[in-house]
Amino acid sequence: MPTLEHYLILSAILFSIGTAGVFVRRNLITILLSIEIMLNAVNLTFVAFGHALGNVDGQIIVFFVMTVAAAEAAVGLAIVIALFRHRASLNPEAFTVLKW
Amino acid sequence: MLLFYLFALVAVVASLLVVAQRNPVYSVLLLIASFGALSGLYVLLDAPFVAVTQIIVYAGAIMVLFLFVVMLLNAPHEDTEEDIERLRTLTGSSARLTAGPMVFGAVLAAAFAVELLWALSRGPLSISPGSEAGASVAQIGRVLFTEYKFAFEVTSILILVAMLGAVVLAQRERGPSTRRAGDE
Repeated sequence: MPTLEHYLILSAILFSIGTAGVFVRRNLITILLSIEIMLNAVNLTFVAFGHALGNVDGQIIVFFVMTVAAAEAAVGLAIVIALFRHRASLNPEAFTVLKW
Repeated sequence: MLLFYLFALVAVVASLLVVAQRNPVYSVLLLIASFGALSGLYVLLDAPFVAVTQIIVYAGAIMVLFLFVVMLLNAPHEDTEEDIERLRTLTGSSARLTAGPMVFGAVLAAAFAVELLWALSRGPLSISPGSEAGASVAQIGRVLFTEYKFAFEVTSILILVAMLGAVVLAQRERGPSTRRAGDE
C-alpha cells in the first residue's frame, strides 16, 4: 500500500513542475496550464491527508479548489483573448505597458 | 502499489511534457492525461466522488474551455519574433489540427470511460456506516451542506462574478458608445 509520504512526494514533484512551467515558459496559455498543474498537486495533498486522517474535509476543500480553478480559468482565458485581440501575441514579453 | 506507481508515472511524465511541449494543443491534451492519472490516484485514496468530479469537471469542462481558446486563437506555437510575423500573415487560416491530436483525444476519451466505470464500481457510492474512509458521497454531501454551507453559498457568488467578468472581458468592443478608456 502506498503511504502518505508517497502521495506527498508525488504532489511535491507535480507542484515543482508547475512552478517551473510558470517561470520557464513564454506562452500565456502554457502558464495558465502550469497553474492548473499546481492546483492539482495541492488537491492531491488534500485528498491524501483526508484519507490519512479519516475524514471528508479534504475532499470538500478539493471541491472548492475546483470551483476556484473553474472561475480562474474562465477569467484568465477571457483576459488572454482580450490581450490576443490587441497584440496578436501570446508572449508575455509583448505586454509590458504597465512595466517600468 | 503497482497502480500507484503507474498513475504517478503517467502524471509526472504528462506534466513534464505539458511544460516541455511547444504546441499548446498537445499541452492541453497531455494535461488532460495527467488529470486522468490523478483521478486514478483519488480512486486509490477511497475518494470516488473527487475522482469522478476530476474527470467530469476538470478534464471535461475546464480543459475543454482551454482547448477551445487554443484553437480559437489559432496560435499553435511559442511566440518568437518570427512567429509573430508569420502569425500576421497566416491570420485567417485554420489551426493546423492534424490527425495526431484527434487520435490522442479519442484514446484519452476511451481511457476516461474505462476509468469512470472503475471509479464508480470500486467504492460503494451509498452511505456505508462505520466505514474507515468515510468517503461516501452521502457523507460528503452532509458535511458540505451543514458545516460548509456558508462557503458553498459564497462559491455560487464567485461563479456568478467569474461568469460576468469573463463575458465583460472577452466581448468585442462595438462602436464609440461601448469603448473603454485606454483603447487605441
